[in-house]
Amino acid sequence: MGLQVIKPDTNIDFIGFKKIAFILSAIIILAGVGSLALKGGPKYGIDFAGGMIVQVKIDKAQDIKEVKDAMKGVELPGLVIQTLGLEGDHEYLIRTSSSDISSQEVRGKVSEALSSNLGATGFEIQRLEMVGPKVGADLRTKALEALFYAVLIIAVYISGRFEQRWTAAGIMAAALGFSIYGIGMLGFDMGFLIVAAMVITVGLCWYLKLNYALGAVAALIHDVMITVGIFSILGKEFDLTIIAALLTIIGYSLNDTIIVFDRIRENNIARKGSDSFGKVINRSINQTLSRTIMTSLTTLLVVACLYVLGGAVIHDFALALLIGVVVGTYSSIFVASPILLGFGPGCEAVKETEA
Amino acid sequence: MQSLRWRIITALVVLALGLAYMMPSLPGVSGSALGKMLPGNPVNLGLDLKGGIHLTLGVDMDTAMHNNLARLGDDLKAAARDEEIFVLRPNVISDTRIEIVLLKADQQDKFEKAVKNYSPFDVESMESMDDGKVKFTLVVPPQYKEEIAKLTMDQAIKTIRNRIDQFGVAEPDIRKQQGNRIQVQLPGLQDPERAIKIIGQTAHLEFKMVDDIADMEKALKGILAPGRELSVILNRQANGEYTESPIVLKKDSVLTGEYITDAKVQLDTWNQPYVSITFNNRGGTIFANLTADNVNKRMAIVLDGKVYSAPVIQEKISGGRASITGQFTREEARDLAVVLRAGSLPAPVVILEQRSVGPSLGQESIDKGIMSALIGMGMVLAFMVIYYGFAGFVADVVLCLNIMLILGGLAAFGATLTLPGIAGIILTIGMAVDANVIIFERIREELRRGLTAKAALAEGYGRATLTILDANVTTVIAAIILYQFGTGPVRGFAVTLTLGIITSMFTAIFVSRILFDLYLKNRANDAKLSI
Repeated sequence: MGLQVIKPDTNIDFIGFKKIAFILSAIIILAGVGSLALKGGPKYGIDFAGGMIVQVKIDKAQDIKEVKDAMKGVELPGLVIQTLGLEGDHEYLIRTSSSDISSQEVRGKVSEALSSNLGATGFEIQRLEMVGPKVGADLRTKALEALFYAVLIIAVYISGRFEQRWTAAGIMAAALGFSIYGIGMLGFDMGFLIVAAMVITVGLCWYLKLNYALGAVAALIHDVMITVGIFSILGKEFDLTIIAALLTIIGYSLNDTIIVFDRIRENNIARKGSDSFGKVINRSINQTLSRTIMTSLTTLLVVACLYVLGGAVIHDFALALLIGVVVGTYSSIFVASPILLGFGPGCEAVKETEA
Repeated sequence: MQSLRWRIITALVVLALGLAYMMPSLPGVSGSALGKMLPGNPVNLGLDLKGGIHLTLGVDMDTAMHNNLARLGDDLKAAARDEEIFVLRPNVISDTRIEIVLLKADQQDKFEKAVKNYSPFDVESMESMDDGKVKFTLVVPPQYKEEIAKLTMDQAIKTIRNRIDQFGVAEPDIRKQQGNRIQVQLPGLQDPERAIKIIGQTAHLEFKMVDDIADMEKALKGILAPGRELSVILNRQANGEYTESPIVLKKDSVLTGEYITDAKVQLDTWNQPYVSITFNNRGGTIFANLTADNVNKRMAIVLDGKVYSAPVIQEKISGGRASITGQFTREEARDLAVVLRAGSLPAPVVILEQRSVGPSLGQESIDKGIMSALIGMGMVLAFMVIYYGFAGFVADVVLCLNIMLILGGLAAFGATLTLPGIAGIILTIGMAVDANVIIFERIREELRRGLTAKAALAEGYGRATLTILDANVTTVIAAIILYQFGTGPVRGFAVTLTLGIITSMFTAIFVSRILFDLYLKNRANDAKLSI
């Protein structure tokens, strides 16, 4: 037998930690929400806000200040210059909030300012992106829709799969679709709709006693909120790749939650009369603990490689994944499972009709 | 064990296919003799990896509709005149309505009949005006509007494709998107600005007569005689920039670019490039009559609303040829000829989104992506062997097979590998071992319960498989939604992620089981398993 980090008879009382865990989660989420509120919502990249970016690679090491000085004379609306990627890459991102000017003009202005003010240092315009405000708004709507449908379909799948309650799941989907359609008719924007959809989903899961779905959905909302919050605190921008990362986090978080839930279900069917549901959950988490740690570790290893070595463009994407993998692992144990217990089939006998 | 042979055959077939499709993507294989024997092509690289331009163009459907209604109105007016019904020039008042004034009220029935016979319009309302005129509001049915929108999009795509073909880009990708958008992808292009200019130019060519007797001072204040408009004429300066000066034109265009069959660059006696255009028969006749009627007057050559030149007509020009001079550079003249030859866009297009990536950044992205993938994979491989011993080695073997299948799958389906796609593969490497970890942990549990290696193996695989399926279905759901709603690179990520999950289930559940079964096949029932 190979190595064993977790001893087979490990029996940590995870459910006992639920208070501390809930407080910890609440603090991080509140910090994130607070940061979002202070900054007036998420900071959108050009994908969503529209505008133009020019990525420049400069041959020699340059202080960001020198680059900023060199660009001083350039008059573009909302001009921002920032470093990109890791130190030693000498890559800079030049942003303007306008997409009305032609890309040719921007390219020209940037080249001129850099070549006349940076002395003999060579540079290269590696990338130029322009997104119009209309496309930006559309992309934003689409991205939010994606998050919304992902959560909805997953909630339905879990309810059906784990509790064989496809009817209840179907009712939930219909009710949710109907309410969102109703609220949408009132003309609220997509961001509000998403929040409403999440609240309604959680509410419906709770009302219809779809406990597994409730635990899983609560955990993934938790993970997305924490990742978004940390991104806001760090002042990172949201663009399409971050949405991709968030959806991946949803997938990963669920993956993790479902493996624990699967074991809980299995143990619950076979449970001895005297065991409380809490004990069953604890035993299941302990049984899957080595797997949880192993998989998180290997995934973190590769995501960390991506973060350190993947280059500037992929950097924030990898950061989101890093946060998401850690939080996703944590939430399946400390968020999803206690919620399942809190509202769960507790003392009443579970009527399972195995397919 | 009877089925072991069949399982091996199945696995070998799948793996061989994967290998065959993956091979061309390896450096050096594609062009070689081996590459020619293999099916398929190398994995397509996305624009972010090989450099190039991605454009989203929005077709201005309002203008298209407006132009279309104006033309229909003019046709109707002409048809009415042939029947001696007298109407004023129609006005377009919305995207489905025009207004047309009938001069004599007693011709009302006759005009309504003409509307029915010669136009797609329906009479929506009419209003008697003083002095015996009747104002008609005509409307086109909604299906007609849809039809026009569709035709406009198709024609715009065709025109853009023609222009790009003349530009000589390998493998351009032009497709219609929802709404009135067109997506254009041009891989590996060196001069993005020029390509964008050529694609985006409406190239609506018109010939209009110049009103030389108009009072320029009044015109600049906005006071214009009926049927006149203020425009600008471009003058090229020595430094290559254009200055604009005002010019008054008669509003009606006397001839448009529709009649052009060819356009090419020629040099005049001073070696100045100009664009020579050839009209078709009908255009040639119109042009000949026009020039005969307007000798000694100035005719403006208007491209997209700007006057490039306004030469004085010296004599009747027959033979269907004309030239556009405008102090162009050679490149400008060539680009103008390209757009004229390819035809004008049916409506103006706006660039809604533009992403251009230099080829050097692309190469760097690939290098960094592959580097981080290799290092990450190396660590995972080492980790698995250290932790699970022989079983870890099995997991490593199937992980490598998995990567091969992903690359093969990407090539076989003709999917495009983007930078986020590489990230998807890297993430898959991390998550791919998950299935094996779940199985191995389960086997360890069963071994601890005292089962023999063979029994533990069967039990572990049996119990873990459902869990793995459940867990992965949700990730696939997320990936499919990502594909549905995502654009460009995000889709690439969704594709590799989905492919990665499917192949990892195949390798981690199916292939690894075969390896274990082979290992235990000829051993005693109480043989130990290194796990």
